[in-house]
Amino acid sequence: MRNYKNVIAAYSIMIFLIILVGIFQSWSIALTILNYCLISAVMTIGANIQWGYAGLINFGIMGYTALGGLAVVLVSVEPVKKAWQVGGLNILACIWIIVAIIFVVKFILNRFDKSKLRNYSVASVILGGIILLRVTAAPGIEAIESVDPAKTGFLGGMGLPVLFSWIVGALLAGSLAFVIGKIALGLRADYLAIATLLIAEIIVSIIKHEEWLARGVKNVIGLKRPAPYEINLQTSEWFINLVAKFNSSKLNLINSISDKQEALNQMVIDASSVYVKLCFTGLFLTVVIILLIVTQKALYSPWGRKMRAIRDNEEAASAMGKNIVKEHLLIFILGSAIVGLAGAMMVTNDGLFTPGSYRPMRYTFVIWVMVIVGGTGNNFGAILGGFVVWFLWVEAAPIALFLINLFTSHLPETNAVRVHLIESAPYFRFLVIGIGLLLIMRYRPQGIIPEKIIKQ
Amino acid sequence: MDFLNAIIVLFNFTVIPALAYGSQLALGAIFVTLIYAVLRFANFATGDMMSFGTMFAVILTYYFQSLGFGLGFLPTALLTIPFAILMMILYMLIIDKFVFSYYRVKKSPPVQFAMVSVGVMFVTQALIRIIIGPSDRRFLDGEKFIIKATEFKEMTGLAEGITLKSTQAITIIVTLIVVSIMFWFLNRTKTGTSMRAYSDNEDLALLSGIDPKRVVLITWVIAGILATIGGVLYGLDKSYRPFVYFNNMLPIFAAAIVGGIGNPFGAFLGGYVIAFAEIFVTYAYKRFISYLLPEHLEPDSLLQLLSTDYKFAVSFSILVIVLLIRPSGIFKGKVI
Repeated sequence: MRNYKNVIAAYSIMIFLIILVGIFQSWSIALTILNYCLISAVMTIGANIQWGYAGLINFGIMGYTALGGLAVVLVSVEPVKKAWQVGGLNILACIWIIVAIIFVVKFILNRFDKSKLRNYSVASVILGGIILLRVTAAPGIEAIESVDPAKTGFLGGMGLPVLFSWIVGALLAGSLAFVIGKIALGLRADYLAIATLLIAEIIVSIIKHEEWLARGVKNVIGLKRPAPYEINLQTSEWFINLVAKFNSSKLNLINSISDKQEALNQMVIDASSVYVKLCFTGLFLTVVIILLIVTQKALYSPWGRKMRAIRDNEEAASAMGKNIVKEHLLIFILGSAIVGLAGAMMVTNDGLFTPGSYRPMRYTFVIWVMVIVGGTGNNFGAILGGFVVWFLWVEAAPIALFLINLFTSHLPETNAVRVHLIESAPYFRFLVIGIGLLLIMRYRPQGIIPEKIIKQ
Repeated sequence: MDFLNAIIVLFNFTVIPALAYGSQLALGAIFVTLIYAVLRFANFATGDMMSFGTMFAVILTYYFQSLGFGLGFLPTALLTIPFAILMMILYMLIIDKFVFSYYRVKKSPPVQFAMVSVGVMFVTQALIRIIIGPSDRRFLDGEKFIIKATEFKEMTGLAEGITLKSTQAITIIVTLIVVSIMFWFLNRTKTGTSMRAYSDNEDLALLSGIDPKRVVLITWVIAGILATIGGVLYGLDKSYRPFVYFNNMLPIFAAAIVGGIGNPFGAFLGGYVIAFAEIFVTYAYKRFISYLLPEHLEPDSLLQLLSTDYKFAVSFSILVIVLLIRPSGIFKGKVI
């Protein structure tokens, strides 16, 4: 039990901090932070599987997150029938062309021996294929994008329930990881980091600029939700009664009926937003707990021991007959699929898909800081890292603002230094995260909650 | 005549911009490659270090302008580069002393170095944004053009003109000077040779009496010079914006790896490979072709292989292809 003391202590402090935010700022903000903490936790579980279990550096987290988000749009949005009518055929033809290119390239690679001629023919097939694709797609894309461009201008999705898209997001990210893993996993650690980062950039730029797919930088708003809408809650009888019951002591203090009604209305509006966020919290918490149980089981299974053996000494594991390439690919797919799931969860939580917001800073490096700070190779640590770093990321600006005001309170309001510092308060989050990472790397390289090896 | 016009179109819209952009990438790529060869890690703070040096140049340019200093038709920023370099080197040495040296002594794996450099990236980015803010800044003054399209047309009587911005000319000339001095230093001087020896085989270099501290110090000095000059030239040519500099790290990495990481000459050429590929693939050839073909054959479409939105994606795809076919880069990497 003693082993778990620091875990419990660390999590209690974290929850206490979130409660403090609830008391001092507002419960709505506290729940927003909590929800994002949970989403970050899912991402860190994914990254931790890759880095902590197998020692693979994946700086492409941004790409999988974006793909998970794309899955939400493709699954849950109602299909735009008119767009399908005008340009659907071209897009379907393009998909067939892509499949054909892949098969032809595979055929050439398998059939002929390595030679200059083979390389040139593969290159010319790909180049010819791209030109053919552009010729086929161009009229279709133009037609699709001109269908009511202010509102749709894209193919739309399948109109299925949004929760289903979480699974699709994971599948999409996993299959992408299969392709990338095939290409890049043979590379040395730092090359792998750079290659995955750049491939993720390619994916995001495709999502950003192919407007027929998901409106690109024009964003998709008003996505479906697995939780009730605030407006519906505010008009439903049972919810108002519930709020009245909860706050009956406060309401009883108010004497006049009109005042009472007004106070109740305000409470209902506040409570509806909290209620919706609580619904999300419940969903996310379920996902995190399921993932935690599964990953913990996996970590202490024979499979987990095999992964650690591969991580710690590839040659020895290989000599023992473990197929390193296969295991690496498998774990790369698993981790990426979990990140894709997190991406889908995040877009569902936001209710909008904004491809322009996927930037390596926020979606790759911050996630990596979470894993390193929390504790590599330990799922509890990784989740805690997600909580701590996300909390700092959000709360660094208000805290910095408070401190700046405190230390410059003797200066006049218009003092140039003071004004400048107050303006740059939001950027202190980079400073906090960076210094935090450097300190952890230096003085506690195994993270807040280090990896534990249970001898079996 | 039409043929000449076509060539000039191509020259004006692809070759000149690609040469300038390639020079900026090349300087950054040599910086990455030097750090990789001597200190043995992939420096993820590259873009932000370049931005940090440029920030001083921007601030000093504004200061000099307010004092009324200037170089006449040349941009004032050129005058500020030496001071900016000094500040940059100072910052790098502080970072090295407090952050990197610890891991170097411990002989940490390169992955750990890379993560530490991510931490440095965060801190640098924060400092830049706190000091100068995230907004877009232009600090170019002096003469803007060397040759204007209209003047060129009048001079030659052709239908198409060549525009040569002064920043493009300055970029190319300064890059050539800096890079030749650097190669002379690396290949001809004793210090340069000792750096190469250290990069080649650390233990042997130590045995033959090379002082590792001195090698590291000189590497940071050269890195500071390259980073600041590369950053300032990019800022003069486009504009100074911290976020863009962070993004530029990616094509710079691509250039360094394509050229063969650890090989400065490879990185130098890699910069141009990436720049030319980006611009040639995303350029719309309609005007070029229309000069070459008879009138009735004129194409309707833009004749663009990929839209300019995919500029970055092109360089990354090249990188992926190079990693697949020849992971050591076009010019065999890993020695300077």
